[in-house]
This record gives sequence, C-alpha cells and structure tokens, in this order.
Amino acid sequence: MLTRRIIPCLDVMDGQVVKGVNFVNLVREGDPVELAARYSDAGADELVFLDITASVESRPHVVELVSRVAKEVFIPFTIGGGVKTVDDIDRILRAGADKVSINTAALAQPELLTEGAKRFGAQCIVLAMDVKRDGDTWWVYSHGGRKKTARKALPWAVEAVNLGAGEILLTSMDADGTQAGVDLEITRKISTAVNVPVIASGGIGKLVHFKDALLEGKADAVLAASVFHRKTFTIAQVKTYLHEQGIPVRLTGVKA
Amino acid sequence: MIGIIDYGMGNIGSLRNALTFLGIDSLLSRDPRELSRCQALILPGVGAFPPAMERLNRTGLAAYLREWAGKDLPLMGICLGMQLLMSDSEENGLTPGLDLIAGHVVRLENAPRSIHIGWNTVNPRYANDLIPAKGYAYFVHSYACQPEEAKAILAETTYGSRFASAVQSGNVIGLQFHPEKSQKFGLDILRRFADGVL
Repeated sequence: MLTRRIIPCLDVMDGQVVKGVNFVNLVREGDPVELAARYSDAGADELVFLDITASVESRPHVVELVSRVAKEVFIPFTIGGGVKTVDDIDRILRAGADKVSINTAALAQPELLTEGAKRFGAQCIVLAMDVKRDGDTWWVYSHGGRKKTARKALPWAVEAVNLGAGEILLTSMDADGTQAGVDLEITRKISTAVNVPVIASGGIGKLVHFKDALLEGKADAVLAASVFHRKTFTIAQVKTYLHEQGIPVRLTGVKA
Repeated sequence: MIGIIDYGMGNIGSLRNALTFLGIDSLLSRDPRELSRCQALILPGVGAFPPAMERLNRTGLAAYLREWAGKDLPLMGICLGMQLLMSDSEENGLTPGLDLIAGHVVRLENAPRSIHIGWNTVNPRYANDLIPAKGYAYFVHSYACQPEEAKAILAETTYGSRFASAVQSGNVIGLQFHPEKSQKFGLDILRRFADGVL
C-alpha cells in the first residue's frame, strides 16, 4: 500500500544548514550531508532543502551541496529557494536532486512550470505555495511570504497542476510557527481539487497534527522543520504513532 | 564493471552514486565498445516512453541491447528503463519497445493520483535472490508493465490496482521503483544484482 510520507525540511544558507526564525539569530546547525544522512537513517521518506541564501553570489554553494548530498543519501530530495529559470532547474537536477520546488518564479512566469515539466517531467516540478486566509478566501503570497499577490489559492493550485506541477507543497502562513496544527480547510480543499500529491506544511507542533493533516486535510505527505530539529519528536515516534492510528507509513528501516 | 547506459534520459548520476557508495565499479556510456567491457548493463530512464525509444533507436543502442540480451548477458532496466524492455507502450500513442520481455506498458488503472509518487510495498511473487523479502521502495510513474506471461512477474505492488513492480525473464530484469532512491531496501537489491553478475 502507498504510504504517507514524512518529510523533514532543512534550511540552508551559503551551503550550510541553519536554524533560526525569520532570518534572525541563525545558528549553524552543521553539515548538510551529515544531517541529511541522519534523517535518512532515522526513517525520513524524503528531504526538502530550502535555500535561504540572501545573495545571488552565494547560490553556487547550493549546487555543490546537492552533489555532496546525492553521493551519500539514497532517498529522494527536493531543492527549493531561488529557482528562477529552466537552467536553474537543470543545474540542480543534474547535480543530483530529484525535484525542485518553485514558488515566486512560478507566480511571475507560470510557463516555467510547463517548460520544466516538458523538459524534466512533471514528477520533479513541485509548486510551493504560501497562503494566508482573509475571511473565506486564501490568498497566495510570494517572495517568502512578504508580498501578497492577486491570486487565490485554490484556482492557482489547479492552474499550476494544469501547467505542469507534479506535486504541491502547501504552507499556511497563518499556521506556520504556531505549532497549533496545519490549516486543515485549505489543505483539504486543494488536496481534493487536484490530482497530484499535496504536501501539507506549517503549524506542526504535536503528533496529532500529522494525523489531522493526513486524514482531515487529506494530504499525501507532511513536511515539518522545527519539531524535528528541536527533537520534539523523532521520525520514528511520528511514524509509530501514525501506524497505531491506522495510517500507512514506511516503518521498515526506522530506528526506534 | 557495470555499464550505465547514458542516452540522455534522466538522473543517471543518482544511480552511479549508489553503485559507487556500494563499492561497485561502473561507467556511464553510450558507446557500445565501452559498454562491451562490462559484465552487466543498467538501462535507467525518467520521462516519456516515445522520446526514450526514439533515442535508443537513433543511437543504435536499441539494436545493441537486443544483441546483448540475445547473448543472455545481464541487463537491468529501472523505471522507464524497465518499461522500455517490454513489447510496446500506450504512453502518448502506441510505440514499440525493445521487446525483450513480452508484454505491454499501460496507464495505471484506478490510480488515486495521476502520478504514483512515494514509498509502496514490493511483494515478491516467488522465492528469488534479488528481492528475497517484501519491503518499501520509492516509486515515481504513471504507466506500468503488463507482462504477457505471469511467470515474468517477479514482484507486485498495488496502487489503485495491482501491477508488476519487478519483472524477470532469463538475465533481463526490470524494476519499476528506483532502487537508488529506496534507501537500504533498494541498495541491497543493487548489491545483490552486482554480486550475481560480477
């Protein structure tokens, strides 16, 4: 049976994994390869590296990071952050990543999704979308959540999939950082409206939040950062819990 | 030495990385002279069936692979590479394949999502050395192989409906999942394949 995926997210700056809130008090967490291998051994189903490098000059570090991770870690991994052109996608995939996630650039030039999918296959094009609720409408934000766009979440998700996105990484900005659970309503709306997998993100703080995102939110996967980095739970704890709740997860190889 | 067929379809670096990690010598090539130095070949592949087959035909690799398999030398197809081993595929119109294993490539039936992405159970159908026990492997595909003979089905997986996740006919093997992305379960399969052929 197809299992639901648990995906740790690692923030990367200048080729190093960092931990911090809103670009302040960033702490070097250590070597990305070492951390990625540790998560992989612990039973992570995939990894997402989010490149939060502020300057364009230090972007080449990310390609180097990808090729180092690819030599040591044998689960799929996605690179997000600053992907703007088909050449960017090409460089990242060529270095050994399995997927790229595209956010702001997809909003500015939606044809990037189509070109990327045509050239590399829809399976490696992940649309990342940051959404924020206002009344009954969820609006899409760009530039790392700093700019409100004129797009509504649900039609954008549907359009992006039609254009070529093979997966959607959905982050609720209202829920992000609250540790109060993901926004189940928009997760469910998008998950039932598109025919590609939806990864729910933002707001995970308790074990029950994983279950809610998967069952009530109907997500195919859950992405979380702080609960794993702070060691609130291990991947094994999350998976054992989900297994006990009757949700299919990949338990083989999980170290308790 | 294992030869990885480099015909411009997909992320072959990951496969090479996995073999290197396992201490298995490999080379990337599309040159029959180089490939002929190898004890086994792996045909990887990501993307659509028609352009992949077109490249294999245009480069002469299709004829070379048929000759290779005709000599009963070991060949493993992975993902799209597995599908190319079959007689034909219905992806974007009917396209003839390498026809090393009799059967068809068809769209996954009753699939909940348009692409089967993620970790799913691989169930061996009989006792074998390559996949001795069931386990989870990473899949990314929308089409699947339907061998004409049930005995060619080495392992099965269910997504909406049951499909052949591994096939074998003589020394020709196909894996629908990505062993190079399936952590220990997948790396063990690559190691056993190499142990059997090197």
